[in-house]
Amino acid sequence: MLEIKISAEALDIVHCLAISKDLESGGAASFIGSVRNKTKGKAVIRLEFECYEAMAIKEMRKIAEEAISIYAVRNVVIQHRVGILYPGDVAVIIVVNDGHRDSVFDACRFIIDTLKKTVPIWKKEIFENGEEWVSAHP
Amino acid sequence: MKITVLGFGIAKEFFGSSEIHLEVNDVLDVRGLRVLLEGKYPPLTKLKSYMLAINEEYAEDTQIINSGDEIALIPPVSGG
Repeated sequence: MLEIKISAEALDIVHCLAISKDLESGGAASFIGSVRNKTKGKAVIRLEFECYEAMAIKEMRKIAEEAISIYAVRNVVIQHRVGILYPGDVAVIIVVNDGHRDSVFDACRFIIDTLKKTVPIWKKEIFENGEEWVSAHP
Repeated sequence: MKITVLGFGIAKEFFGSSEIHLEVNDVLDVRGLRVLLEGKYPPLTKLKSYMLAINEEYAEDTQIINSGDEIALIPPVSGG
């Protein structure tokens, strides 16, 4: 099973674990990405996430399908938050379930690494005196 | 033909709007559109990179643009 979601509401890790669990899965791995309070020593006030939603959903689905195909895992949940987030808020949750541990760790790592490269979601960091679109410039 | 290009992230700021409308040659590929956009919005050339998407899929430079395509300018992504 796979579930993909982009949400303007707070993400819920307990819910993600619950929906990805099944009786044939003995192992679950998760990745939770949260907003840091500092970037390169500068205090972060907030982050503003935006996305190209239709394409982002498509790209997230491709990644989940690829993870299932490469690592033969059973269940994948990928949820990403958009809107205004503050330090400590959860921006992304990935949960992978399967019979054994090796495949779920590998698949979880693959999913977050690929998401960061291909899914059309952008974040702007707002500092006390300035703001910057992350990764935009060399 | 008339085309619409959606702008996201920093591209939306360059455009000053979430979409722009352009009148272009009937035969235009992605590479040609890049040249046109960079002429109109020079800050695009200062980005680390950017992609164009057609109908919600990343497009190759040689892909031909058709009237009615949904075109989007994708600056470097930074999700996660």
